[in-house]
Amino acid sequence: MNFAFSEEQEFLRNEVRKLLDTRCGLPQVRELAASPEGYSLELWGQIGELGWLGLTIPEAYGGGGLGWEELVILLEETGRHLFPSPLISTLLCAEAITRFGNDAQRQRWLPDLAIGSRIGTLAFLEESDHWSADAVGLCARRDGEGLVLDGEKRFVQDIAAADLVVVVFRCDAGELRIAVIESGSDGVSVQSREPIDATKRFGDLTLSGVRVPPDALLEGGGSATQQIQEILQLGALATASEIVGTAEGALALTVQYAKDREQFQQPIGHFQGVKHPLAETYMEIETLKSLVYFAAWALDNGDDGVALATSQAKAYASEVITRAGVTGIQLHGAVGYTLEYDIQLYLKRSKWARPMYGDEIHHYERAATLGGL
Amino acid sequence: MDFDFSPEEDAFRARVQSFLDAHLPSEFDARDPDFLKQWNRALGEAGWLGFAWPKEAGGGGATIIEQFILKEEMSARRAPPLGSDFMGLTWVGPALIEHGSDEQKQQFLPELLAGESCWCTGYSEPGAGSDLASLSTRAERDGDDYVVNGQKIWTTLAHVAKYIFMLVRTESSSRYGGITCVLIPMDSPGIEIQPIPNLSGEVSFNQVFFKDVRVPVASRLGKEGEGWRVVVGALANERSGISEATEKLRHIEDLEELARKVMRGGRPAVEDPEVRRKLASFRTRIAAMRLTGMRHLTNQLQGRRPSSETSINKLLRGQLEIEMDAFAMGLLGTQAQTQGRWQYLSLSYHGTVIGGGTPNIQRNIIAERILGLPKD
Ligand SMILES: Cc1cc2nc3c(=O)[nH]c(=O)nc-3n(C[C@H](O)[C@H](O)[C@H](O)COP(=O)(O)OP(=O)(O)OC[C@H]3O[C@@H](n4cnc5c(N)ncnc54)[C@H](O)[C@@H]3O)c2cc1C
Repeated sequence: MNFAFSEEQEFLRNEVRKLLDTRCGLPQVRELAASPEGYSLELWGQIGELGWLGLTIPEAYGGGGLGWEELVILLEETGRHLFPSPLISTLLCAEAITRFGNDAQRQRWLPDLAIGSRIGTLAFLEESDHWSADAVGLCARRDGEGLVLDGEKRFVQDIAAADLVVVVFRCDAGELRIAVIESGSDGVSVQSREPIDATKRFGDLTLSGVRVPPDALLEGGGSATQQIQEILQLGALATASEIVGTAEGALALTVQYAKDREQFQQPIGHFQGVKHPLAETYMEIETLKSLVYFAAWALDNGDDGVALATSQAKAYASEVITRAGVTGIQLHGAVGYTLEYDIQLYLKRSKWARPMYGDEIHHYERAATLGGL
Repeated sequence: MDFDFSPEEDAFRARVQSFLDAHLPSEFDARDPDFLKQWNRALGEAGWLGFAWPKEAGGGGATIIEQFILKEEMSARRAPPLGSDFMGLTWVGPALIEHGSDEQKQQFLPELLAGESCWCTGYSEPGAGSDLASLSTRAERDGDDYVVNGQKIWTTLAHVAKYIFMLVRTESSSRYGGITCVLIPMDSPGIEIQPIPNLSGEVSFNQVFFKDVRVPVASRLGKEGEGWRVVVGALANERSGISEATEKLRHIEDLEELARKVMRGGRPAVEDPEVRRKLASFRTRIAAMRLTGMRHLTNQLQGRRPSSETSINKLLRGQLEIEMDAFAMGLLGTQAQTQGRWQYLSLSYHGTVIGGGTPNIQRNIIAERILGLPKD
């Protein structure tokens, strides 16, 4: 038993942190958030070259062949820096292809995703807004060899930037299917939506007579329902990992403010009404880390407990980030309510992170069921 | 990271299990003194008291991982705790090993390991609770003795203890530097013990009065004026929380059982979405507590001493106890007015949340020592 990251893993963390500290400080985050694309193509290219995007893609397909322990480290740092990019979306697309694609499909898509020359995403949610396989309503009709899709997907992350879209739908008697479609295909249109957190972009996807050729279907390993649960679980773990960093970022900013701001002739951090909520936040983040790291280990090692561990991690993460955001703003006083101060960026990120891939209501229910209740 | 246990550790777990098969009756009364005596003897013979202490000190020389496995397996069977001398084994022993003279080690450790001693802890005083460093029980040097005068309070088990592990003031001008740790037999002339019934009506803690109690200087643990250092280490051991997480696991199992039995609106409460969410949230935080304990163990394995981070689990544990109790009482509804196991727990958790330092004090420790915020 050993609950510590290795030296190599700590090295990775330092490298990621160094680069993001210099290239993606909060002033840059604000600039990118205000830009039409919402992220820096140049920095995206650079992290692609550094291997961040292909971290968990097998080496045979141009990736780093590492696991989720490393990914958690990367995502903690991107979360801490509020790094605006289609990273999680691309990652989930690549995971779906790695896990459920055949060799030809992997050859075709993974090398590009690994270096970032193509961007991917997952189109899952619809009107029902429920992160569960049974909520999928989009239905394909048969047309000769292939399938044809007509309908809508909503809240598709990074859809404006994406080249490859993993779409989940039903066909024939309602069985679930997963396919990769190119966003440039005929009949695909995208309506960007106004995000509360401008560092996390999304939009609605309209599919009008979009053809899904047989070689676009991801059909490997297990039932489609299981596959979908697996991908959603990865989304939940990725988000929980970013939440750890984001919550730490919000805490660090607020602790600093509490040391600097003076009232009643002393730093406000002197008052227990200020320092105790900060201590609670710290306790929550530290205990959240334990859940997230364990879930990553369980995933990498095929441990039976991975589904439960992931739901526990995301449920708790959703609560922790929500409280950390509120505490951060409130302890800043009125400046926390301005655009000028940075803490609002974290509050907005918390609004994104809480529901993504399931909020605490969703994941506690799932944890209850998995735990035998 | 690696959450798998080595083959040796798995073999050890099997050994603990077969010990429990052989020595723990399928039914027992954990308050029956005869049973406890027998149980302690069996633990002592198996070498499981002081199991992770160094061999030179007479301990088992086991790794802290083995210690962790031992505690988990014991708890899984709801076995009585490791030895009746909880305080002696958890912090007095380790403090003796770290700060004690050879004579002190020889005098106290073998008895502790045999399960034959019983220690109590004299920190708190009427005027010194959370502000422990303001303690005023005096020890004045007189030849080769100290003469101790003053009063301790909330001293758990003082009415049965053989020794007290205690803080006294040897110097009044220096707040921390004037504190010294001494080890005193409870039958020393001049000690008077008055039990204080707790709110359940049981006697668990006491007031202890010291009038001209003579204590040889050789009974001092560590140097004069270094008592605070001794105690900071002891408190970290008290708060480290591994066994507490496993104990909370039993608590949540019982709570789930209760939710299966109790009806709400004509259906078992466990089918109610809000009840399910609450139970899952408790389990989640207990899992987080256990894993955080393991992270801290890893730190210790890498040679770092337990320190302020132990306040994390102590704080989470207090939060859980209060919420889990409120939830149990809510499930019981009107029945919560009658005596019973849940009601007993409901009264007793107040003691465990306060003892060892209140939640506010844990928050202060985290805020000041970890986050670097200004001191109160
Ligand atoms: C079951 C039980 C067993 C115990 N066993 C022992 C024992 O064996 N030996 C021993 O020495 N002691 C023992 N104690 C005593 C225990 O350590 C103290 O009760 C505890 O440290 C709190 O001190 P106090 O009771 O004087 O409360 P106080 O310090 O008077 O605190 C009262 C309230 O004020 C709050 N408060 C105090 N100071 C601050 C501050 N700076 N900031 C914010 N809030 C503050 C506290 O959080 C608490 O809510 C035991 C207590 C209990 C309940």
